[in-house]
Amino acid sequence: MPIHEKSLIRPENLKVQENLEVEGIDVSGHWSTFIESRVVTDYNEAMEEEIAALPGGEFIHRCWQCGSCTNACTVHAINPEFNPRYWIYLIRTGMESELLRDKDIIWQCVSCNKCTYACPRDVVPEAVMKATAHWLELKGHTPKSHSTIFDDIFSEQVIETGKIEDGRVLKRFFKQTGQALRQPWLEDLVKGLLRNLPISMLTRMGLATLVAPKTSGWSGARDAIKEYVAEQEAHHRTALGLDELVKMAETELKAGAAK
Amino acid sequence: MSDKKTESKNEKYREVAYYPGCALEGSGHAYNRSTKALGKKLGLKLKEVDNWNCCGAMEVKNIDPKLQTYLSSRVMSIAANKMKMDVVMAPCNGCYHNLKKAEYDLKNDEKSKQVVDRLSKKAGHETYQAGQVETIHALDWVKDTIGEEGLKERVKNSLAGIKIANYYGCMYTRPRHIFPEKDSGPGSESTSRPHFMDDLLDAAGAENVDFPLKTACCGGAHTLSDSDTSTRLVANILQTAEAAGAEVIATECPTCHSGLEMHQIRANRTLGIKTNVKIIYFTQLLGMAMGLKPKEVGLHENVSDSFDFVKQKGLA
Ligand code: SF4
Ligand code: SF4
Repeated sequence: MPIHEKSLIRPENLKVQENLEVEGIDVSGHWSTFIESRVVTDYNEAMEEEIAALPGGEFIHRCWQCGSCTNACTVHAINPEFNPRYWIYLIRTGMESELLRDKDIIWQCVSCNKCTYACPRDVVPEAVMKATAHWLELKGHTPKSHSTIFDDIFSEQVIETGKIEDGRVLKRFFKQTGQALRQPWLEDLVKGLLRNLPISMLTRMGLATLVAPKTSGWSGARDAIKEYVAEQEAHHRTALGLDELVKMAETELKAGAAK
Repeated sequence: MSDKKTESKNEKYREVAYYPGCALEGSGHAYNRSTKALGKKLGLKLKEVDNWNCCGAMEVKNIDPKLQTYLSSRVMSIAANKMKMDVVMAPCNGCYHNLKKAEYDLKNDEKSKQVVDRLSKKAGHETYQAGQVETIHALDWVKDTIGEEGLKERVKNSLAGIKIANYYGCMYTRPRHIFPEKDSGPGSESTSRPHFMDDLLDAAGAENVDFPLKTACCGGAHTLSDSDTSTRLVANILQTAEAAGAEVIATECPTCHSGLEMHQIRANRTLGIKTNVKIIYFTQLLGMAMGLKPKEVGLHENVSDSFDFVKQKGLA
């Protein structure tokens, strides 16, 4: 079991003298190791509240740091840096700069809910991971992850038509993430399918890609959902103070230009 | 219909509203075909939900969880209010999970209720009220109507000599609170060591292996957006199944199933990990055991080729 708190010590803060003699005693190498002290001054006291305002973040305040989530976590098992318990700690104490060190892996949560199953405090860490990943994107700390792009494309199609056709979602996803549709493993997959499928089935699937499936009489639901989503987005922007941030940046830009 | 005493367990499930969901119309069509064929063979009736919509899968909740609740509630509303059905059966773990989650939220969370009511009114259909329908999985459906005894009586081609690892994935058991009927004493499903699929396949003669990763995650949510992670997770599942002696992994979810198939190929390509374990839906296995032909249960619609395997085992 690795000790995760070790990750708090940044490698650049570990000092070792190659050649050092103190009062005639050779203390070269790891004998002379010391850790440079580190002072955190950039607390973001609003961070917990901001994440709690996003869907899924509601129960972050309940966490008592038992670590059951990290212990059960699927992604943690293949990448020890992935540590929900620790991130919840950083968020609640406002250590934004520390959290940002892991900003590129937080979105990798696979929503398996092993953490939710294990958590004794009903924090729903899975949802907190989603809220945190969203927060990073909304604040501009990270570009939209592949996962968010996929969610967007998928949800857009559901909202438009009421249904999903996987081939269509796949194509748009590869296009928007700049990946070639002809991945070698994907070709093997298609070949596997072709080998077994009767022609009629292929025509049916081909047709499905051209004529996307639809739920009829969906327009009422579509309009209702669109209105609701727009409202929620505005609500999240306010909670995170994004509009003010934009305004501030604009005034600063103008001031800069005037100088 | 034979012997009443062995199969009157839950008459209510004999005729259910069937919610296939999007995956079963696309990549998971084999599951759709085999579920329908198995139902027909067993004398169980499926009435497809009229004009159903997507439940939101694993994606819409990340845009807004309450939107997902609404999408799932619309399906249940149609089943209850338009079709006057009491039970919705969803074979897909994702659909099953989302309907259960919506049921839980609509029972316990005032805000979710408000959002669903508002969206339903605006969309022009009746608002679903918690408790109007019961959502069940295809496993409950077979187990509570025909049951193990009933299956034993009907076996045409025994699965004897086939070593199976039963893989349930994430959404069938987690999080525990949305499945109040599980972990509720003898005979109920367990969320830590589920066994319904094991029970059914065992009744059809199969030899279930001791598989420690029954509820491990295949990375299905990020199958495409983080393929490397998914490939590693799947490779682990496949290798563990083989190490446990399994020749087949039985599945009960289209996302898990295609995830395993897809990343079995990818693990070979990118990690050099080659596995031969077959990936087959439990409905396909049961169907063949009941005497259906491989094509009737859509074996040709699977990506991985298990024709030779089933022939060799005397199922074709
Ligand atoms: S849901 Fe995410 S954070 Fe929770 S255990 Fe699974 S991968 Fe880890
Ligand atoms: S399991 Fe729950 S209470 Fe424990 S550290 Fe994780 S989120 Fe906090």
